[in-house]
Amino acid sequence: MFYRAAGQFKTSYRADQALFPVRQDAMLLGFILILAWVVFPLTASEFAFQTLLIPILIYSLAALGLNILTGYAGQLSLGTAAFMGVGAYACYKMVTLMPWMSPVVAILLSGVFSAGIGVVFGIPSLRIKGFYLAIATLAAQFFLVWLFEKWAWLYNYNASGAIQVPNLQSFGVYVSGPQATSMVQYYVVLAVVTLLTWVCINLTRGTTGRIWKATRDMDFAAELIGINLMKSKLGAFAVSSYIVGVAGALFVFMWRGAAEPNLFDVPLSFRILFIAIIGGLGSILGNYLGAILIVGLPVILGVLPEVLGMQTDSALAEHLNTMIVGALIIFFLIVEPHGLAQLWRLIREKLVIWPFPH
Amino acid sequence: MLHDIFIAPFADMIAAPDFLMQVLWEGLVSGILYALIALGFVLIYRSSRIFNFAQGIMVVFAALTLVGLHAMGVPAWISVVLTLAVMFGLAVAIERVVLRPLVGQPDIILFMATIGITLFLIGFGEIIFGGENKVMITEELGIPTGSWTLEPFGGLLILEQKDVTAVAVAAMLVVGLLVFLNRTQMGRAIRALGDDSQAALSVGISLRTIWVLVWFIAGIIALVTGIAWGARAGVSFALEVIAYKALPVLMLGGLESIAGAIIGGLMIGVLEKLFEIYWGQPLLGGNTETWFAFVLALIVLLFRPQGLFGERIIERV
Amino acid sequence: MLDATEGHTTADGRKIGPVVMEMKNITLRFGGVVAIENISFDIREGEIRAIIGPNGAGKSSMLNVVSGFYTPQEGEVWFRGQPRPPMKPYQVARQGIARTFQNIALFEGMTVLDNVMTGRLTHMKAGLFSQALWKGRAEAEETANREIAERVIDFLEIQAIRKTPVSRLPYGLKKRVELARALAAEPKLLLLDEPMAGMNVEEKEDMSRFILDVNDEFGTTIALIEHDMGVVMDLSDRVVVMDYGKKIGDGTPDEVRNNQEVIDAYLGVQH
Ligand SMILES: Nc1ncnc2c1ncn2[C@@H]1O[C@H](COP(=O)(O)OP(=O)(O)O)[C@@H](O)[C@H]1O
Ligand SMILES: [Mg+2]
Repeated sequence: MFYRAAGQFKTSYRADQALFPVRQDAMLLGFILILAWVVFPLTASEFAFQTLLIPILIYSLAALGLNILTGYAGQLSLGTAAFMGVGAYACYKMVTLMPWMSPVVAILLSGVFSAGIGVVFGIPSLRIKGFYLAIATLAAQFFLVWLFEKWAWLYNYNASGAIQVPNLQSFGVYVSGPQATSMVQYYVVLAVVTLLTWVCINLTRGTTGRIWKATRDMDFAAELIGINLMKSKLGAFAVSSYIVGVAGALFVFMWRGAAEPNLFDVPLSFRILFIAIIGGLGSILGNYLGAILIVGLPVILGVLPEVLGMQTDSALAEHLNTMIVGALIIFFLIVEPHGLAQLWRLIREKLVIWPFPH
Repeated sequence: MLHDIFIAPFADMIAAPDFLMQVLWEGLVSGILYALIALGFVLIYRSSRIFNFAQGIMVVFAALTLVGLHAMGVPAWISVVLTLAVMFGLAVAIERVVLRPLVGQPDIILFMATIGITLFLIGFGEIIFGGENKVMITEELGIPTGSWTLEPFGGLLILEQKDVTAVAVAAMLVVGLLVFLNRTQMGRAIRALGDDSQAALSVGISLRTIWVLVWFIAGIIALVTGIAWGARAGVSFALEVIAYKALPVLMLGGLESIAGAIIGGLMIGVLEKLFEIYWGQPLLGGNTETWFAFVLALIVLLFRPQGLFGERIIERV
Repeated sequence: MLDATEGHTTADGRKIGPVVMEMKNITLRFGGVVAIENISFDIREGEIRAIIGPNGAGKSSMLNVVSGFYTPQEGEVWFRGQPRPPMKPYQVARQGIARTFQNIALFEGMTVLDNVMTGRLTHMKAGLFSQALWKGRAEAEETANREIAERVIDFLEIQAIRKTPVSRLPYGLKKRVELARALAAEPKLLLLDEPMAGMNVEEKEDMSRFILDVNDEFGTTIALIEHDMGVVMDLSDRVVVMDYGKKIGDGTPDEVRNNQEVIDAYLGVQH
């Protein structure tokens, strides 16, 4: 009933290449877009904006960036948070050096800096692979966080060593700083995330996507069929780091409001890696599903005891959350190594042939 | 500027050789612990192709268990034995719950699973033991806490006795492992597994036994490093970072090379200390030990992708 | 002997042109192992050239030299009458040389169609921006190249599996998909490393037919490594025989079959 592909025959390759060859997929997406663009912002409480809607979108975007690199191009990175940091600090420097610049423009430009640094730290991928490369990305992680701390120019010589997001306007509305409302910030985040998701969908389903996947699946064969591995890998580092950098700028400017260097340390990198893995490597949708789970879980664990009328202990809830996430990762790897996105694919396959399974 | 980078540090080293020796000694102490942890990685990697990210948290977990048991009133040495039993239980549990269901999965999946183990143990450890910094039961274990003062070149060299003990115990453990790997049937099976799993299986030892064993060895290593490092810096989740240091060691020495782990560990321990004292602190604002080893390994690998001790391999198609 | 610059017509009416690729005194070593020792031979336009020899003779290494994957210590590769400067494999591929592998090297995480489409990559030029928006050149290219990929899929009779992930395919079909990927590139020179290894008789017959059809219909020059002597004799115009890195025979299948050195080294030995 829901997913009847039967009867929807493709008459041209062009139609077959459309984003959603099955009509119900397009309808489902439309429904989600209406929820995200209209229903949620009109009904959400401040709590929902701050603990769910905004962080889920930002984490999804960061995971999407990582997924481009690791899930599509096959280059395992453990340094995502540091590149988010580059985006955040670049954005901070831009808006403080050029106060006339729209913060939204600054956010979109900040990815350019993280892309550049991403390419530099991507150079080792041309010579080393797998775990060796993963460790090499930790070099970026530790070095950059150290730099955020030691290079006082980055945080305008603040005594605290932290960056504080200023009140900034775009088209006469406050979009960042304490003056900005959650709803405005949500829309900024949603717009950026929607745009970049659409771009990623296009990139990954076409030539570039095939180049990345070929590099991931069998690099020497990729090279022997005419793929310039250097371009492919560094391109993936650039695109991935751009997205991650923008996510980092959003993270600080649209959500946290302030940041210290250690915000961008290893735990954040891993958090994003989990989202990408639990969601599904090599999938766009998975990043959203993973972020909903990883961001939503602690919220539920935090609220649950209250709902059940138990005494609340936020530290215990947090540790329990860590434990559960760890167990969930193992559980998912055993049950479905390809993540939530694959689960959805299987459900969808069932729905397509429903009610005539064979 | 050039003078500060290329001349002044060496001039300082020559001017105060006793201080240089102190720095080298401190580097050596860290280095041998890095080497030990790297060895744990290598054993696990060779026998199961698993890149064990949980090694760091195992260090924390072992140290916390030891301190926690003692706090409950268990005598120090019995706590050690019980902690070893806990680490053995952990090895069995990991083999049973994580490794066995995941056998044959791609490397990256197994790696992720060890991150899952890491998170699980962090949460679990926090709930059971609490996250605040604790004091290692150094004296209770009979580890001397005094220091020896030497006077080389008419200067001053202070050797903390607990560091000397750590170096001695770690060195003994390394030698013990080497003997185990080379002289016992089980050890040879583990080594053979790295080269050819058929050969190892023909020895007649089941893969599961080997896995439990190498994870238990990793647990013992974790406990020893936990005690040694805990005696210097206290016991908290921050201990985990020393396991990160084993990672660049593996890059330099190779994921499968036992000798590489040992030499690489010592090298990185010493070099990062030298760099921090003579370049990092005067020129870069210090705290360079967080990244120096990684950047060094990265640069070496750019020029020698096979690592320091690996042989150059030309890919086949 | 034929002149390198002129062509001739075979008994079954196919056109054999001048020399397109010439290996001149190639020597390739791996450490102490000499994989190829001072070997020269040529490939003519439109012919099917076989390379045979026992395991470890250096056949795959030779194809890898042609592909630019290995760089020989000595010797030169001449392509279209000119010495080829040192090149990366991807540059060689862009000169119109495609290949398959002894051990299947498909992109396991992709569908059959996507694998075949990767064969078209050397022909796709749309910029990143156009791709990001899925507009203009990127979209047009996608459709145009899809048509070519689909023709190859029809040609090799794998329509039914075009949307199947290759990881789910049986061995024989994988080999065929790999050929499809190579053909999608519309290569001038096609290198096949043991295309029939591990196949049953029926699959071998199919594959032989495809190879002959490719050569016949598109005039593609083919260099192939094959163990099955029967197949080699049927398919190829000329054969190079290698043993322990040396060339011990070169000529038509009949000439090679009657060469005493070849009989001793290769045909006498069971593989
Ligand atoms: N990448 C490599 N590294 C080291 N030795 C190699 C490599 N590739 C091939 N060889 C060696 O070169 C010789 C020829 O191998 P190969 O070309 O694969 O033979 P064939 O394809 O005829 O069976 C063998 O001795 C093989 O071990
Ligand atoms: Mg071969």
